[in-house]
Amino acid sequence: MPSALIITTAGINCDRELAYAFELAGASAEFIHLNRLLASPQLIDRFELIGLPGGFSYGDAIAAGRIAAVLMRRRLYRALACAIERGVPIIAPCNGFQVAVQMGILPGPAGDEPWPSTPPRPTIALAHNDTGRFVDRWCGVVVPPETRCVWTHGLTADDPSAMLPVAHGEGQFVTSSPRSLGWLERSGQIALRYRPGDNPNGSVGDVAGVCDASGLVLGLMPHPERFTRWNQHPQWTRLHGPSVTGHPLGLAMFHQAVAWAAQAAAV
Amino acid sequence: MPSSVHRIEVRPQPGHPDPRGAAACRDAASLGLSSPPSRIDTAAVYLIHGDLSEQHVRQLAEELLADPVLETATIGAAPPTADALIEVHPLPGVMDPDAEAVELAILAMLGAHVEVRTARRYDLHGTDASTARLVAERCLANTVIHSIYEQPYHPEAFVTGSPYHLRIVSVPLSDLDDVALVKLSRKAHLFLSLDEMKAIQAEFGRTGSDPREIELETIAQTWSEHCVHKTLKSTIRYQEQITDAQSPRIPIRGRSGHEINPDGSITIHNLFKSTIVAATEQLIADGIDWCPSVFVDNAGVIAFDDDHAVCFKVETHNHPSAIEPYGGAATGVGGCIRDIIGTGLAAKPIAATDVFCVAYPDHWRRSPRRARRGLSSEQRDLPDGCLHPRRILTEVVAGVRDYGNRMGIPTLSGAVWFDDDYVGNPLVFCGCIGVMQRKKISGDPQPGDRIVVIGGRTGRDGIHGATFSSAQLTDTHADEFSHAVQIGNAVTEKKLLDAILEARDHPQGCLFHAITDCGAGGFSSAVGEMGRHLGAEVHLDRAPLKYEGLSPTEIWISEAQERMVLAVPPRNLDQLRAICNLHEAEMCELGQFGTDGQELILRYEGREVGRLSMNFLHEGLPQLTREATWNPPASRGLDSPPLAAGDRPNSIADTLLRLLAHPNIASKRWIIRQYDHEVQGGSIIKPLVGPAGEGPSDAAVILPLLDSTRGLAIANGLATGLRDDPYVMALAAIDECVRNLVCVGADPSRIALLDNFCWPSCDDPRNLGALVRAAEACYDGALAYRAPFISGKDSLNNQFTTSDGKTIEIPPTLLISGIGIVPDVSRCVTMDAKKSGNLLMVVGSPTTSAMGGSHFEMLFGDREARHSPLPAVDLNVAPRIARSVAGLINDGLVSSAHDCSEGGLLVAAAEMTIASRLGLQLDLADLPAEDDPPLEHRCFCEQPARYLLEIRGDDLAEVSSRLHDLPAAVIGTFNSSFRLTLAEDQLDVSVKELQAAWLGTLDW
Repeated sequence: MPSALIITTAGINCDRELAYAFELAGASAEFIHLNRLLASPQLIDRFELIGLPGGFSYGDAIAAGRIAAVLMRRRLYRALACAIERGVPIIAPCNGFQVAVQMGILPGPAGDEPWPSTPPRPTIALAHNDTGRFVDRWCGVVVPPETRCVWTHGLTADDPSAMLPVAHGEGQFVTSSPRSLGWLERSGQIALRYRPGDNPNGSVGDVAGVCDASGLVLGLMPHPERFTRWNQHPQWTRLHGPSVTGHPLGLAMFHQAVAWAAQAAAV
Repeated sequence: MPSSVHRIEVRPQPGHPDPRGAAACRDAASLGLSSPPSRIDTAAVYLIHGDLSEQHVRQLAEELLADPVLETATIGAAPPTADALIEVHPLPGVMDPDAEAVELAILAMLGAHVEVRTARRYDLHGTDASTARLVAERCLANTVIHSIYEQPYHPEAFVTGSPYHLRIVSVPLSDLDDVALVKLSRKAHLFLSLDEMKAIQAEFGRTGSDPREIELETIAQTWSEHCVHKTLKSTIRYQEQITDAQSPRIPIRGRSGHEINPDGSITIHNLFKSTIVAATEQLIADGIDWCPSVFVDNAGVIAFDDDHAVCFKVETHNHPSAIEPYGGAATGVGGCIRDIIGTGLAAKPIAATDVFCVAYPDHWRRSPRRARRGLSSEQRDLPDGCLHPRRILTEVVAGVRDYGNRMGIPTLSGAVWFDDDYVGNPLVFCGCIGVMQRKKISGDPQPGDRIVVIGGRTGRDGIHGATFSSAQLTDTHADEFSHAVQIGNAVTEKKLLDAILEARDHPQGCLFHAITDCGAGGFSSAVGEMGRHLGAEVHLDRAPLKYEGLSPTEIWISEAQERMVLAVPPRNLDQLRAICNLHEAEMCELGQFGTDGQELILRYEGREVGRLSMNFLHEGLPQLTREATWNPPASRGLDSPPLAAGDRPNSIADTLLRLLAHPNIASKRWIIRQYDHEVQGGSIIKPLVGPAGEGPSDAAVILPLLDSTRGLAIANGLATGLRDDPYVMALAAIDECVRNLVCVGADPSRIALLDNFCWPSCDDPRNLGALVRAAEACYDGALAYRAPFISGKDSLNNQFTTSDGKTIEIPPTLLISGIGIVPDVSRCVTMDAKKSGNLLMVVGSPTTSAMGGSHFEMLFGDREARHSPLPAVDLNVAPRIARSVAGLINDGLVSSAHDCSEGGLLVAAAEMTIASRLGLQLDLADLPAEDDPPLEHRCFCEQPARYLLEIRGDDLAEVSSRLHDLPAAVIGTFNSSFRLTLAEDQLDVSVKELQAAWLGTLDW
């Protein structure tokens, strides 16, 4: 059974449901506090999956995820880059996404380049929602067919039940230049989009999640760990027929990554 | 290099939007100023005090404080970019949560210990300095906690505390006469009555000494209304003069704790015990076996499954929220969460609730008369010392949002009630629910246990919160009690929670024997309560302080937030300390439980500064006998603005649209969407339901345990419209709460209730009489529904005295909160209609012409005349209806269910269509009714105990036979027309129009 590391720290609050999603998908999950990891980064080496959970790390002081990202850039970036190089899928929903982009592991180096030894300067950001306020709701999402994301690739997300919940104040996906958005699109690094017209925060290109060039690291504003059973869906009392068979979209993502990790371990 | 204060500004890069500035500009525009700002640019300001090189400062600006993609940093102050400049800085000593986190990051980055203050700069375009100042005072800052500057503020040094030198102050009491005692009580902010002051005088007279200041404060805190609920526990002589045949008489005879006197008056010994507690005890004696811990702990506990229990507590934080709504509401949430952490051996918080009562936002001028423009002439000037209700509501919502979301606790059930009598004294109810193992529902300190404090540091904030909340507000309270106001720091509380849950679940067993929160009264209440049977010795100089200069008394009674007190056996201290260190939760050992003679002994730097007998502290409060009368109905408070003749509705459609737009009824989407109600992954029925997420759910359902299918429904009932008879009002609130829970699929035989009374001063016998009636209704309601009360709280001095001496009393307000077990969440239903062709059925009490207290009457009736009777709950039938409806839902015969409450039947039906985007053809001819009420009454009467159920045509015979003799009728059919119609062309309105009215009012 692949084992998943859940990194917690002050203000992280989606750690339990993230662990539960990994467990439902067939992995075991272990919580390690960031302070322990900062002291012993090699603890990461024994895990096959990693989750950076959502929440308000350090109260989102300065900006969402900033302080955790600054701490991790200095002491954990290298160990995480090594984990990605050895094929460990990483999921970073919401605050995890905000931390990941500021830490420098998203969008990562171009496909043919190695991970730099020091964290690169961020080229994407999660700005305040265009409405200026926190929003909690479910949004329709679609998986771009060309994505190379291990977590989302191939998931059919074109029926009305394909929704995920969002809950954030700083989730507007922004790139440093229009060119970098095109580059991400062409390299299959857009892992998830909001359904057109259902974009909750003004994200450019309706981008809800991106992955690195290997497709292993997924950062996204929606919370797939909050959609692992059908009766979490906001319209489950109305859903009938084929749309409610199989795994709910959120759980399906964890199944794909856990299967990948299990296969990688077997090889 | 000399240590100095560095200043860094961070603002959006040119071309990037400034959502904070846009929001500030919107707020300013709503003030109705003659020259509002056309644009506001904002910047975050960081003041950093420490030994830092220029290069380090630049590194902090670029690598820590500014986002490289979005923002740009300026060292020092950028020149003003607009016509006016405002900076808002927290006053010295005010909690600055971001500052602590920035200090931590700087330590990690540079290894430097620095002090940080954060602030915000606003450059206002298109306005002058004096208007900018007004905008600052009304939107951007609250001078209770903020300083406003009109230039960039860059101090040489920060204001710090100065060292404290011990001084023990005695308060001469022995020679004081009655007048002097009363004067002392008020002047020292003790808020004790004359009888209480005399009891203290007598106690110290016995020992021949005068009380020391800290002793007097300890007694005042412990005996405060807030802590001991002395009014509800007093002996009450109740008299009622019912001349109005409509008012139900309370069936007093035979009730425990009640005596009928020869003159017809009734003596009630301990009102709380004789009504609310008595009902629960009777139900337990009668076989209810799922209430393992009620009324004894920080929250009431019920069984959830064989191994787990859930607990629920609702608190109010009214007076702090009147003065500083953001901080008041946030710390209200934080305090209630700590009640759950402090229940048994710590429960895990899994859900939060919030209910607000405020004045109508559009009835009050936002700016002084001279500046107003285009406002209705009917608007009134705000009394001095009051914040505008729109500001209060916006800020309390923000406070709940920021605290609840940061704690990772879904806020998923609530309500807002508007009434102008809340203008000076808004109500903020915060609730929290927790889950725990059944074997951990209680814990007691043992002699020798260390008194351990975990969490935030102690400061001067929040001093006298307990006594302040027990006093009445006046126009000078904002100045006099600003130190009672606090800002919360949710991350500190989250760290505390993480550490405590880890200590609770330690592999070697729970590391502590008992835990409680530091709420009102601070250490004095927490330690005093935990040590009441053992005694306690406390070393006040050991408490970690936010800044120097606090006296032992201030340390002892400070209500600084985010602190818990634990009783820890000495052998577990090291393990507990290791856990706290990992989670960065500060821990200190304050002393020890257990003294000879069960005394409370207070020391500072080894010297005794106070000593009290626990027995006197907890048992010495003189029992009062209080007078209560009730003679309905009395008109008090503000006069409601008269209804202009042209305001009368001219059709059913017009009435319906105006009711849907009434703030009490209108969608609360604006609030709900700001709360994370999905966190923890247990959300099953959400606060907003239907295909577009616009339908108002009757209740929320969550999974307390993710690997179980057993759910918990959460709802509330509030029927303040029926305030003219609090007995009727309280029963309606209980009925509404039960209906809300039943409508989503809760088992009505597993519903537990909480009471929260918010009342005007009970020194007035009429108000106390109203309270008696409400409490008696709780007794009758709990027994009739077999729904025990498990916890409650009261706040009894909710009124505001204006600068010209007029007292505005709040309406007597009783919030009933309820939780109900859902045996299998796959049986849950929502309120959005599901399918064209399905039937709409009304089940429940016959509709009447009792329009009293209805929203129809509020909008269109002559409120002062109060002609129409109040609709009453029929306790013989209502519980049966609830059980029958629950049975239909459980057996899958109901496609959607909605309770008829505010606005009446037609409003409820309209909400079902708005939620579903279906049409509905109604015919109310067969509506079960008494005395053939006219159509308006059929549509808008707020008769309790009625449910609307959507059923499939094929199931009609089965449903009818199951309902047997209960009043029920099919009143409509859903269709795909997207119109709501009534037979005989009495109504034909598009659902889109209904939706617009309903969504528009509070779309802030």
